[in-house]
Amino acid sequence: MKPLETIEVLQTTFFSQRMPAPIRLRELIRTIRTARTQAEEREMIQKECAAIRSSFREEDNTYRCRNVAKLLYMHMLGYPAHFGQLECLKLIASQKFTDKRIGYLGAMLLLDERQDVHLLMTNCIKNDLNHSTQYVQGLALCTLGCMGSSEMCRDLAGEVEKLLKTSNSYLRKKAALCAVHVIRKVPELMEMFLPATKNLLNEKNHGVLHTSVVLLTEMCERSPDMLAHFRKLVPQLVRILKNLIMSGYSPEHDVSGISDPFLQVRILRLLRILGRNDDDSSEAMNDILAQVATNTETSKNVGNAILYETVLTIMDIKSESGLRVLAINILGRFLLNNDKNIRYVALTSLLKTVQTDHNAVQRHRSTIVDCLKDLDVSIKRRAMELSFALVNGNNVRGMMKELLYFLDSCEPEFKADCASGIFLAAEKYAPSKRWHIDTIMRVLTTAGSYVRDDAVPNLIQLITNSVEMHAYTVQRLYKAILGDYSQQPLVQVASWCIGEYGDLLVSGQCEEEEPIQVTEDEVLDILESILISNMSASVTRGYALTAIMKLSTRFTCTVNRIKKVVSIYGSSIDVELQQRAVEYNALFKKYDHMRPALLERMPVMEKVTTNGPAEIVQTNGETETSVLETKPPPSGLQPANQANDLLDLLGESDITPVIPTAPTIKPASAGGELLDLLGDLNLTGSPVSAPAPQIAQPPFLLDGLTSQPLFNDIAAGIPSITAYNKNGLKIDFTFERSNTNPSVTVITIQASNSTELDMTDFVFQAAVPKTFQLQLLSPSSSVIPAFNSGTITQVIKVLNPQKSCTWSLVLKASMPRSPFGFAGKEHWYRKLDGKEEENGLSPGQFVAAVMGTVYVVPLVMLVFCPLEQLGFVVCLW
Amino acid sequence: MIKFFLMVNKQGQTRLSRYYEHVEINKRAILEAEVIKNCLSRSKDECSFIEYKDFKLVYRQYAALFIVVGIDQTENEMAVYELIHNFVEVLDKYFSRVVSETLNLL
Repeated sequence: MKPLETIEVLQTTFFSQRMPAPIRLRELIRTIRTARTQAEEREMIQKECAAIRSSFREEDNTYRCRNVAKLLYMHMLGYPAHFGQLECLKLIASQKFTDKRIGYLGAMLLLDERQDVHLLMTNCIKNDLNHSTQYVQGLALCTLGCMGSSEMCRDLAGEVEKLLKTSNSYLRKKAALCAVHVIRKVPELMEMFLPATKNLLNEKNHGVLHTSVVLLTEMCERSPDMLAHFRKLVPQLVRILKNLIMSGYSPEHDVSGISDPFLQVRILRLLRILGRNDDDSSEAMNDILAQVATNTETSKNVGNAILYETVLTIMDIKSESGLRVLAINILGRFLLNNDKNIRYVALTSLLKTVQTDHNAVQRHRSTIVDCLKDLDVSIKRRAMELSFALVNGNNVRGMMKELLYFLDSCEPEFKADCASGIFLAAEKYAPSKRWHIDTIMRVLTTAGSYVRDDAVPNLIQLITNSVEMHAYTVQRLYKAILGDYSQQPLVQVASWCIGEYGDLLVSGQCEEEEPIQVTEDEVLDILESILISNMSASVTRGYALTAIMKLSTRFTCTVNRIKKVVSIYGSSIDVELQQRAVEYNALFKKYDHMRPALLERMPVMEKVTTNGPAEIVQTNGETETSVLETKPPPSGLQPANQANDLLDLLGESDITPVIPTAPTIKPASAGGELLDLLGDLNLTGSPVSAPAPQIAQPPFLLDGLTSQPLFNDIAAGIPSITAYNKNGLKIDFTFERSNTNPSVTVITIQASNSTELDMTDFVFQAAVPKTFQLQLLSPSSSVIPAFNSGTITQVIKVLNPQKSCTWSLVLKASMPRSPFGFAGKEHWYRKLDGKEEENGLSPGQFVAAVMGTVYVVPLVMLVFCPLEQLGFVVCLW
Repeated sequence: MIKFFLMVNKQGQTRLSRYYEHVEINKRAILEAEVIKNCLSRSKDECSFIEYKDFKLVYRQYAALFIVVGIDQTENEMAVYELIHNFVEVLDKYFSRVVSETLNLL
């Protein structure tokens, strides 16, 4: 054998005893594709990973790049590939281009800033950025722009900036994108790139132009100073855009007949950012925008993409109105297009512009409503949102019809939003109460289970407020749940209404519709079945139980049945139900006298936008009873030692005694005497009778008071009253509203003395709950001269910050001993025993006078009214 | 901003994936599966833009292959739609034979 042949034979035998050469990537892909199950694939991959790992261990330079490529593929399929990270670094350091290429690719995919080893790349990249071959430089720029961490960016920003100024367009465009990444990672370095941007737009090369525009966009978005600086580029941008449009066919940049649409879109976007809030720039752009809008071919998708961007830009800058109309018309044209993508895009843009150009969008309303019937989910959603934005007083009936039809047929994911939208729109624009109630009924019956929880109290409030529709409403609701009581919000509203207006239902009073014949038992049947049903939520059961309870006062022949039902649930497992049932039971047994008053019809509620009343509506039933339960029974009303406790009984916050001058007299001592009086008065009272207001939480005007003299509406002015006139002391109150602040009432007290001796140390005190603010200005003096020769004047300012709530005012005045029968430091109220009828006013009468109203029965002493009607509750003492 | 770029076939196998924002490796498979599920359930005459979580998907079907790009709100959906086609044209130009073969195989 020749020596050469011998060597060859030796080589082949030698090499064949080593591991076989690793398979190529293509082979691997083919092999993996043949796997029929996930397990098979995993097995193949694991085998290959093992081979690759041993190959790495052997430090095999020849096949490293192939192995890493395979590793990257397996990583893409979702398998861990972290052991390849160092190999990537080795590849990057190699001199061969093929190695570098795979190495950098691996670095981009496997090495992000979370891996510690990535910093080792910095030096390699630095060297490669200065490499002689542009392709290597390009690789380095790509990688840095893709995964560079802030440290790397800081180190290498200078290099990037240098490359940004080079004349090589291949490098320049990559450098621009790398600069974008650097700025994102380290915003402080933005200044560094500013000088390099001067010439960027002078390039002919579209690649460089495009990336430069991206860079400029990024800089403008991040810094308002840059934005101001780059505004001067607007003319240049306009020129470039013009060239693009006007230039003929250029094979390099042509996409379906339009020259470089991607660059056009980018420029339009930059113009948008520059023109925002700036009149001059916007003006400079007007022409070109109009030109683009009219000249662009709309037959292909490309043209439409450009038009879309143009429309967005026109809407965002301060364009002239003609241009805006043009834009909306373009959108309208889009809507009529058959292509779904275009319609979707049009609806999205219209949604953005509907706030500002409402009338223009209204013109396209019918097309938008048609889109509700489209098959495409995305389009339907957009159309629904847009329809709600377009509803106004004129078109509400038509729109609602369409929207209700939509609610019927749409996907479940839309129903909740649609229902809420309908409620809102109906509330704002309802042409009539009946229509409003009908619409609500329709929504409840079609999408009852998708209605949001907070809609229920709002609906209840709405129904309560439409007084004349009560019979109609309750009838319709009854019919609705007769068949099917699975939709919780519907059942809740219905049971509340039946509870309230059950008497109307049974008496068949409905005018609007054919009245139906319903007996009391039938009504109770349905309420009971709601209680029993498995489909009812706990909240719904609560509603039903309360409704049954309320009916005990409205129905006449079925009270025993109601009692039975209520007592059954006294042992319910559901704590909420049990508590209610127990309380209602107590109402039947011990407080039967209070029951009618307690369960009277709800008054018209004030429309408040906060959550407060809404909650109260929902818990109304139990609030009544719970308030009752927290109060001790009347006989147990022990005089507390604090006047504060008295008012606590009202469920009010503690009063804070406001004492105008020193010395501080604690109400405590006074309280005792105060309450002595209470003991004398008839506490077991007959609250059932007319004068008794119900216990209810604020802020409702109690119906129970209608039989009593109403509060004066003090819009016109409050008549002054004589608060006290006894034993020569006369105290007058005059009221007026403060000019500066209408919720402040100014009370002027005038005290005069008709006795022969001066009254000295006259001190007037007042106490109000914490929510109120009371300001007692200093009295003119503390001595009331005798013989009516002078008066003490004192001003009290009362501020009620809330629109409506209860408050009480405790008035106390003390006078020193006087020779005429006052004993010691007498408090003037002391004289007013329950037994003695004084010439002036008893406290109760005082209260009445002050408010222009009522007697307040001791236990329930709430007279509520908003301050506009200026009553204030005065606590009985 | 483009968040990710996927080429997935009808069976749900990922042919190419590129994420421009970090996504955990185990989350990627889930994301890809969900995305392809959304795309497959669309019919011919529905639009190519799907709202998915907090970004939009722009997808385009070529034979048995779906190309899906995830973008955020700032991006022009139709321009991205064109971009996908541009990408496919570029692939076609450089690897023409391969691409058509592959598309058939996929």
